[in-house]
Amino acid sequence: MSTASVEGPSEPQLGVGAALIEAALSPVRGIFSYIGEHALLLWLALAALFRKPFRLRLFLEQMEFVGVGSLTIIVLVGFFSGAVSAQQAIAALRIFNQERFVGATVGLSLAQELAPVFTALMIAARAGSGMATELGSMRITEQIDALTTFAVDPVQYLITPRIVATVLMMPIMTMVFNIVGLFGAYLYAIFLEHIDLGQFIEQFTYWTDPKDYIIGAVKSAVFGVTLSVAACYQGFNVRGGAKEVGLATTQAVVAGSVSVLVSDYFLIDIFHILWPYKS
Amino acid sequence: MTAPPSGSGDFSKRDERWQIRVRGLQKTFGPQHVLRGVDLDIERGRTNIVIGGSGQGKSVLMKHLMGLLKPDAGQIWVDGEDIVPLGTQQMGRLRRKFGMVFQYAALFDSMNVVENIAFPLIERYHLSRGEIMERVRDLLKRLDLAGVTGIEEKFPPQLSGGQRKRVGLARALIDRPEILLYDEPTTGLDPVAAKNVDEMISRTADDFGVTSVVISHDMASTFRIGDRISMLAGGKIIVSGTSEEVLASRLPELREFVETSGVAAAAAGAHP
Repeated sequence: MSTASVEGPSEPQLGVGAALIEAALSPVRGIFSYIGEHALLLWLALAALFRKPFRLRLFLEQMEFVGVGSLTIIVLVGFFSGAVSAQQAIAALRIFNQERFVGATVGLSLAQELAPVFTALMIAARAGSGMATELGSMRITEQIDALTTFAVDPVQYLITPRIVATVLMMPIMTMVFNIVGLFGAYLYAIFLEHIDLGQFIEQFTYWTDPKDYIIGAVKSAVFGVTLSVAACYQGFNVRGGAKEVGLATTQAVVAGSVSVLVSDYFLIDIFHILWPYKS
Repeated sequence: MTAPPSGSGDFSKRDERWQIRVRGLQKTFGPQHVLRGVDLDIERGRTNIVIGGSGQGKSVLMKHLMGLLKPDAGQIWVDGEDIVPLGTQQMGRLRRKFGMVFQYAALFDSMNVVENIAFPLIERYHLSRGEIMERVRDLLKRLDLAGVTGIEEKFPPQLSGGQRKRVGLARALIDRPEILLYDEPTTGLDPVAAKNVDEMISRTADDFGVTSVVISHDMASTFRIGDRISMLAGGKIIVSGTSEEVLASRLPELREFVETSGVAAAAAGAHP
């Protein structure tokens, strides 16, 4: 009796303590596990890149899917993003009577931020969702198992080309976004706001450097890694049926977009330490 | 009735009668103990059927035979070679002995019929397009697909369930495997199409001289084509033998399975 009365209260206290520690550690463990599994998939995909057989056709198909397939949406979004940026910049600069800086403002923000980030978000929504759906469908219909039965490494066959194609196409699509966005800003500023063309070009060429475009290109390549790994991971690991494929597609877009925005914050910090803004 | 195989003799030599030998196979997925010590022998050149209810681990067992899953415990010998410890490359070599026909064919959606069937050849060898097409067309003819208009250029969604199974079988056969694994081949087919698939399995076994392993819960099909039948229940093989031997078994799990399926009388008629 006495033993029971002493041990009785102590057990729940220990249980609560353990539960609290577990509750505190669980999200941390979850985050590390999440990052670790994605990193492992990336590692396996990269290791497979240097192993025979090399299937160039698969890489070209994926580059076509990620790049050419996304061209229309990138051009559309790029044009209006540039035009809207010019509109907002002019509205703000007009307070100081400095509208002539619109070319520089839009050029800089497009090169370093808007073009890589918006391109990445568009690719995550279009190509990332497509990747997750296709891989998920292949998983639930046993097509991935079928590959394995033919002694084909599914990571090398399916994941490596998608990641490499996205990484290669992202900087190209970002440049397309830059050019079209600047064109949109130019049309709005020159024809609707009657900004002087010479000043628009002069301020743009003075304030923007090749390094701004290099930063944008490097960032977009990193976004290409994060969004394609997120999409491939979600699709490749689907278990269940059509509902789970739909869920994986949603997760791919959400995870891809979040990974782009989070990595953008850290990348821009790193780049500003390496290459401070011109003053 | 033959008792379920047991014991752990020396299986490291090629046996003329038994091509695959499984002993003490165990597999757990989380809290689920799916296989609890499976002992199974697969007879060379015959149609071996593993029956069992849904969720009994039939597909899990089949995936082990081909090395798609690694067991928690137990051993599998294929032609005297223990496949459990094999690495990726060695497993790739071993898998060339196998062809697998998936439940819903698992054809690659992005490829047409010819590309699907030729896939193993393209991946494994450097053959000319002419050689590949010759072998593909030969198989299409032997599997009664050559008469279907425009079959070569069709994509999987354009095929009927039965045609898809045949194309899946053609893909499994193109590299001339020694062992063919069928995962629930008649699932999702109407009785006539299911009978056609059964005939296809029997004919393939005769024409190509392959060892067939069929996972099924279709008892009518089992007694039509099975040379050797084993039943998986509770994570173990509870009975193995010819259809007559299995039908004669008094094991309650088997009796329930056979009687519920309503084929006992028909099967008894077929095997007096």
